[in-house]
Amino acid sequence: MKLLYFAALRDRVGTSEEDLTPPEGVADVRSLLAWLRERGAPWSEALADDGSVRVAVNQAYAGPDTAVKAGDEVAVFPPVTGG
Amino acid sequence: MITVQRADFDPAAELAALREGRTDVGGVALFVGQVRDVAEGSGIHAMELEHYPGMTEKELARVDDEAHRRWGLTATRVVHRHGLLYPGDNIVLVAAAAGHREPAFDACRFLIDWLKTRAPFWKREHTAEGARWVAAKEKDDAAAARWEEE
Repeated sequence: MKLLYFAALRDRVGTSEEDLTPPEGVADVRSLLAWLRERGAPWSEALADDGSVRVAVNQAYAGPDTAVKAGDEVAVFPPVTGG
Repeated sequence: MITVQRADFDPAAELAALREGRTDVGGVALFVGQVRDVAEGSGIHAMELEHYPGMTEKELARVDDEAHRRWGLTATRVVHRHGLLYPGDNIVLVAAAAGHREPAFDACRFLIDWLKTRAPFWKREHTAEGARWVAAKEKDDAAAARWEEE
């Protein structure tokens, strides 16, 4: 699974991209975020506030129940500010 | 048509291209967003625009499809820049051509309102005090929410 981080969240995490193999049981966005936080700092702090974290799976917005699996591209980023 | 680019664009040329060869258009509404030299009390020297290549184009296409579905438009145009921009520079252009002014105005407003809350772009302002990420604004969420369907 490829994880991408953008903007302020990338600055907090300290990397723009990582390849991960989450353990069995991580099958949706909710459990993926929980597992990332369990890894400790900086993820535990960067992803602490659910309200300021947006997630996209394979380049489409995802909710907590959206399924994730091996091979997916999962992006984590703050609310967007374009336009 | 949707374009995400680093280069500048010419609003007059975009308007001309949108109208070219069409006699079924009764009106075109066009909005251009540009970099301001001040934000929240500090002077802005430059504005960096980051985006998520791939998803940006897909999300803009979803917003554009929705505008066509709602208003039955003749044509639309969306251009969004990324990279390092300076006060006065163009950031974004959205235009909607329709048979009459109401759908043109509404669709133009819709395109920019939804783009602002959905397309994965992030602004970083460079000020005398340093660089800072721009926070999402509640008024932009409220503007986008006006277009939610029951």
